[in-house]
Amino acid sequence: MKKNTKFKLALAAFAAIAGTSSLSFSMGGDWFGWFDSWSDSERAVLESMHIGKLGPAPKDPSNRVEDMRAAVDLGKRIFSDRRFSANQAVSCASCHDPGREFQDGRPVAIGVGTGSRRAMPLAAAGFSPFLFWDGRKDSLWAQALGPLEDPVEHGGTRMKYARLLSEHYRDEYERLFGPMPDLAGLPQDAGPFGSPAERAAWAALSDKARADVTRVFANMGKALAAFEKTLYYGESRFDRYVHGVLSGDKAAKQALSREEKNGLRIFINKGQCVTCHNGPLLTDGHFHNTGVPPRVPGKPDPGRSAAIAKLQEDEFNCLGKFSDAQPDQCGELQFLATDDPRMAGAFKTPSLRNVAARPPYMHAGQIASLPDVVRHYVDAPKSALGQNERKPTPLSEEEMRDLVAFLGALSGPITEIRPEK
Amino acid sequence: MMKKLKVVLLVAVAALSSTACVTDDAPPPGLNLELTRATNQKLYTVALKSLEEPIVVNKIHPWEILLTNANGEPIDNARIKVDGGMPQHGHGFPTQPRVTKNLGNGRYLLEGVKFSMTGWWEIKLDIQSALGNDQITLNKVIALPVKK
Repeated sequence: MKKNTKFKLALAAFAAIAGTSSLSFSMGGDWFGWFDSWSDSERAVLESMHIGKLGPAPKDPSNRVEDMRAAVDLGKRIFSDRRFSANQAVSCASCHDPGREFQDGRPVAIGVGTGSRRAMPLAAAGFSPFLFWDGRKDSLWAQALGPLEDPVEHGGTRMKYARLLSEHYRDEYERLFGPMPDLAGLPQDAGPFGSPAERAAWAALSDKARADVTRVFANMGKALAAFEKTLYYGESRFDRYVHGVLSGDKAAKQALSREEKNGLRIFINKGQCVTCHNGPLLTDGHFHNTGVPPRVPGKPDPGRSAAIAKLQEDEFNCLGKFSDAQPDQCGELQFLATDDPRMAGAFKTPSLRNVAARPPYMHAGQIASLPDVVRHYVDAPKSALGQNERKPTPLSEEEMRDLVAFLGALSGPITEIRPEK
Repeated sequence: MMKKLKVVLLVAVAALSSTACVTDDAPPPGLNLELTRATNQKLYTVALKSLEEPIVVNKIHPWEILLTNANGEPIDNARIKVDGGMPQHGHGFPTQPRVTKNLGNGRYLLEGVKFSMTGWWEIKLDIQSALGNDQITLNKVIALPVKK
C-alpha cells in the first residue's frame, strides 16, 4: 500500500472513531466506554476509596468501655441532654445535630457564646488518630471533654457534670464505672477552666476530691465516645460505581453520570485531590496548609502547630492517668512530630463523604460552597501563615463543574452500628 | 499536507492517551529503591526492612535497621537519627519515627514509622558511632496493590 494511502486510511479511521464518539457523547451515551475506562493503577486507587475498605473503627485502648452497649446507651442520652451546660440550653447535639450530619451548618459554632471554628461532623470520627481541626486531642473521649468545659461552648465545670451524673444517671454510671464518689460538702460548680470563682473553688479542693471528680468527668467522656464511635457512613453512588468498575456490573456502572465520572477522573488525576483525600473516608487524617484565608483578617489561626503543646500537656491524653492504655499502645503520642514547620497554619483533612450536605467549608466556614472550594484549590492563593502546600491547578470551567458534580456523588446515609452487648 | 496529517494524528493519539496517568506524582525514573545501601562516605552499610508487610497507609508500624561497617561486621552502640518525607510534596513524615531499642548484633528497632499516602518517600539516616558520622538517604515507594 502506498504511504499516502496508509495515512489517509489511518486518518479516516481516526476521524470515524472521533466522530462517532462525539456523536455518542452528544447523544448522552458512551458507546466506546471511555468514561468507564480506567487503567490498572487507577482501578487500584478507586478500590482503595471504596466504603467496603473501611472495616470497623480501630480499637482505642485508652477507653475501656468503648465496646459496651451500656456505655453507648449512656453516652447517647448524655449527648442530647441540655442540662450539661451553663445555661441549661446547650447539649452536644446543639452543634452536632443528629438530623444534620452531626454538625450545625454554621461557619463557627454557637454554644453559650460564639466559637472560633466550625463544628466538625462525627460520622467515622473513630477512625481519626487526632480530633478537632488542629488535632489537639488524641482520643474521642478526650475530645468530648473539651467543649464541655470550654467557656463559649457548654460553659460548665466538671464538678457540675459529676453532680448531674450523680443525680440523673447514677445507676447507669455505676454499672459501668463502679461507685460514684461522695460529693457531699463539695461546691456546686468547680473546675480548672471555669470563671475565676469556679477556678478558685477547684483550687480549694483536696487532691483526692479533684482526682475523684476528674475521674467521673473522664468516664463521662468515655461513654460519649462509645456512642460517637457507632456512627458510620453508608454506601454512596460513588461506591456503587466503583463496585461496577471492579466487578463489571453494568447497572452499577450507571450509578454516576458522565459529568460525575469525569469529575472523579479529575479528582484522582489532574486535580491531585486524592493525594490528601485518600482512602475510604477520603482523608489521610493528617494536617495540611492549603492557603485558607483567615476568618479574622490579620489574625490567622495557627492550626496544628499550636496544638502540639496542648496534646502533650492534656491530662486526658493516652499517656495520662485517666487513660486505660499501656504506654506502648500510645504510638501516635509517643512518635508525635513536634517540629514540623509545615504544621503552621495546617488543619486536618476532613472526610469528603457527605460533603455536599455540609456547607460552609474549612475550619471557620470561610468558603461558602463547593464551587468556591474547587476554585480555591485551582487558584491556590498564598497563605497568610506558613506555606500553601498546593500549587495553582488550572482547570476549565467545565472541569470545575464536573469535579463539584463528583463531590455530590459521595453522599450516603449515616448509620449507627451498636455493639452486641 | 502529509506532515500536517501526521501532526494531527500524533496530537490526537497523545490527547486520547493522556487520561492513562494516575497522578503527576510518579517517582523519577531510575530511582534507587535498594533498602540495603552503603552510606555516603562508605563508613557503613545499612539494611532497612519493614516489620509489617504489606505496609498499610496511615498505620504506625515498626522497621528494623541492620548496621554494619564496610566489612560487614555489625556495629552496636551507634546513634541513628531518622528523618524524611515526600520530596514531591514538600512535606515530612506525619510522625517522628525514632530508634527505640538496640536489639544487638547491629540491629536497631525503628518505631513510629507512618506513611500518610502512597508515593515516593525518602528515609534519611544520620549515623554516629566510634567509626564516625555518615548519612544516607533511602527511597521507598509506597504503592497500592494493583490487581492485573
